[in-house]
Amino acid sequence: MSQTFKIRKGHDIKLVGGAPKTDLGRITASTYAVTPSDFPGITPKLVVKAGTQVKAGDTLFFDKDRPEVKICSPVSGEVAEVKRGAKRKILAVLILADTECSYADHGAFSFSGATRDAAAAHFASTGVGALITSRPYGVAAGMSEKPRAIFINGIQSGPLAGDLAYQLEGKEKSIATAVKALKLMTEGTVYVSHDSDKAPIEALQSLDATHITFSGKHPKGLVGTQIAQTAPLNKGEIVWTVNAIDLPTIGAAFESGEYRPEYRIALAGSKTMNAGYATALQGVSLTQFLSANVNTDNSRVIAGDVLTGTKIEKDGFLSFGQTQLTAIPEGNQTEFFGWVLPGFGKFSTNRAFWSWLFPSREYDLDTNMHGEERAFVVTGEYEKFIPMDIFPQQLLRAILIKDIEKMEQLGIYEVVPEDFALAEVACTSKLPLQQIVRDGLNELRKEMM
Amino acid sequence: MKFVQNIFDQTRPLVEKDGKRNLLYPLHNALETMAFVPDHTSHSGAHVRDAIDLKRTMVTVIFAMVPALLFGMWNIGRLHFGAFGEESSLLDNVIFGALKMLPLITVTYAAGLGVEIYFSWKRNHPVNEGFLVSGLLIPMIMPVDIPLWMVAVSTIFAVLIGKEVFGGTGMNLLNPALTARAFAFFAYPTWMSGDKVWINTTSADGGQLVDGYSGATALGDLATTVGQGMGNPATETVMAQFGPEGTYSLMNAFLGLIPGSIGETSAALILLGGLFLIFKGVGSWRIMLSFFIGGFVMAAIFSAFAVNEFMGLNPLHQLMLGGFMFGMVFMATDPVSASQTATGKLIYGFLAGFFGIMIRVFNPAYPEGIMLAILFMNVMAPLIDHYVVEANVKRRAKRLANA
Repeated sequence: MSQTFKIRKGHDIKLVGGAPKTDLGRITASTYAVTPSDFPGITPKLVVKAGTQVKAGDTLFFDKDRPEVKICSPVSGEVAEVKRGAKRKILAVLILADTECSYADHGAFSFSGATRDAAAAHFASTGVGALITSRPYGVAAGMSEKPRAIFINGIQSGPLAGDLAYQLEGKEKSIATAVKALKLMTEGTVYVSHDSDKAPIEALQSLDATHITFSGKHPKGLVGTQIAQTAPLNKGEIVWTVNAIDLPTIGAAFESGEYRPEYRIALAGSKTMNAGYATALQGVSLTQFLSANVNTDNSRVIAGDVLTGTKIEKDGFLSFGQTQLTAIPEGNQTEFFGWVLPGFGKFSTNRAFWSWLFPSREYDLDTNMHGEERAFVVTGEYEKFIPMDIFPQQLLRAILIKDIEKMEQLGIYEVVPEDFALAEVACTSKLPLQQIVRDGLNELRKEMM
Repeated sequence: MKFVQNIFDQTRPLVEKDGKRNLLYPLHNALETMAFVPDHTSHSGAHVRDAIDLKRTMVTVIFAMVPALLFGMWNIGRLHFGAFGEESSLLDNVIFGALKMLPLITVTYAAGLGVEIYFSWKRNHPVNEGFLVSGLLIPMIMPVDIPLWMVAVSTIFAVLIGKEVFGGTGMNLLNPALTARAFAFFAYPTWMSGDKVWINTTSADGGQLVDGYSGATALGDLATTVGQGMGNPATETVMAQFGPEGTYSLMNAFLGLIPGSIGETSAALILLGGLFLIFKGVGSWRIMLSFFIGGFVMAAIFSAFAVNEFMGLNPLHQLMLGGFMFGMVFMATDPVSASQTATGKLIYGFLAGFFGIMIRVFNPAYPEGIMLAILFMNVMAPLIDHYVVEANVKRRAKRLANA
């Protein structure tokens, strides 16, 4: 019997340019990139250098502090370049792909009589362990951690999110395998969340796990919301979270021992020329794909959704863990007396503009800030978008003054930056809430390690 | 709108870092961002943003104040001509009122923004919008005949001591507009109370005041009944004015046809502004509602145990007088100086209303109890929030202990 939670706090940002179920084909390219900044909480230690031959599933770098956290190559080929920035910081590992991909064989995993240690070793060596996020801090999971529970997020409710059922089509078997593997990793509960406002996804419904159902507004699709509603995270506890869309990759690694991070990604947004779905490997160069399908004139391409995604360049690569590309206009234009006008056509989450008269309208939003940054003035605003038992503004203030004890008391362990994304959109003072939360988590983690 | 942009572009070198008029940079920036919402795009976090900003929030409050402000102007004229027994049209009243009001507004903005711009330049941050509202609130809570220099001094004091020393908008403990009024009230008491300042009685053509003219306010008159006991014949003339036919009848007080600070007399239009703010999501309904209930409860208790006519006044009538409604809608709701938590707002509002009526009735030397009550609760607001937040902290600690 699954429990249903209704999320009343939040907001569904409706944008034009949703992805229809059109197949845009397969994204192929000769270069791939793996970017350390896609993995929060990792200090990369390279095991390859320019010229090294790698197979798909060979380790490129691992976390200096937790060597079992390995980041693997999505393709086989030759390491073309290690891009470095200031202080020799590793920006990206570029790989020149072979025409025919060959895979490192980590061996099929035998589930009969399997122990946790064996599963942990398999997660680490195949690289799929990096697909698991650990809370608190929201970082790549270390395999020695003992999670209280594992949450598998089967809801994609962000702006222009892809249709998960369509994205998971035909991968039922490996999804079941993945959950079997994850169950070995915890003595606690494995939860799978479902969106009751959408057609049920059979592959997830049939899983052997504890099912939880959510309805209502975004952020129902954020795993932070789901944890907060089910059993909030306490100090000292660890939970792991996995996006349902990553289950096939995990499953495949356990079935065949090969690392195949292949996804059906959604391309959406008002600046697309052709919206739809394409098949792609992680890290693939998007240069050709974007020039063919996106109107690149004064537009911004985002890997992920407009709330939490990262901006990528027109010659960028598909970021790790992102299965959605969004293209929206840049908002680098001024607006004459924009703050006084009635604003019938302006997107706003409150009634200060007259656009509240049209609640179901889809907007073509650009990246304009619509104002300058200010101090905290308006109160009670963030609470409307964060369905958790926390005081967001008080927590942010504690982070800003670096008061670790206060952060703990106010529940910083329960949040990751994405939980503040909607509040950031709505913020009257235009403050960088997600960045503040990330800084706070980093500060805390540094203190605890 | 190209030519407006050109003006800003051409003058920018003058005010930039090495320019001759660098001190004016905040003003230039404020005017430019007022004329044009800047072309800034998101750099971190969410890529799209709500159209709202602090300018929009503040201008919404100003829209809400306009009805009460216009009424106040008209009322200045009406009371002035009425004092001489002269006939006057709606237009006469408004023009006379506007001529009194506009200098007050201009002086307040000039004085306040002057201080703000200096501090913005000194601290190298843009001018905050908060003063757009404060600068209009201050003239609305002054008596019409207060000298302009007093308004200027009060405003400068309020911005400097009430706001900037704490770090500027968003950091202040006290409501700046009320700080200005409190300063004026204690520094220049003869200009802020009594029966000389609420109605302008300077006559250009040597007119004579009508027989029986009184320039007092309803609260000033009520204060005279204190210590006389209930039903004392000596208070009959005063109390008759609060009857259905009197000058201070419930209807007159609700509509605002009584003397008082310029913008605070019309409960009806203030209430309209309040509903507008609640509807727009800018003003806190929690504070307004609990403020009203707090005041009503106190007035009802007084009324039930009345030992003088002031206490005995019908609770609803009590709330329509003086600055109660104005304080409820425009002063107590200032998000920075009020409580910040939802529960805290209910407590804060209730106590502000409750103490407002208590101070007013128990200490008739301060007929404006509301001002003092809100300032007092401004100081208490962080403490209220502390306990509300502490409850959340305890809940979390308990959960951890049971885990």
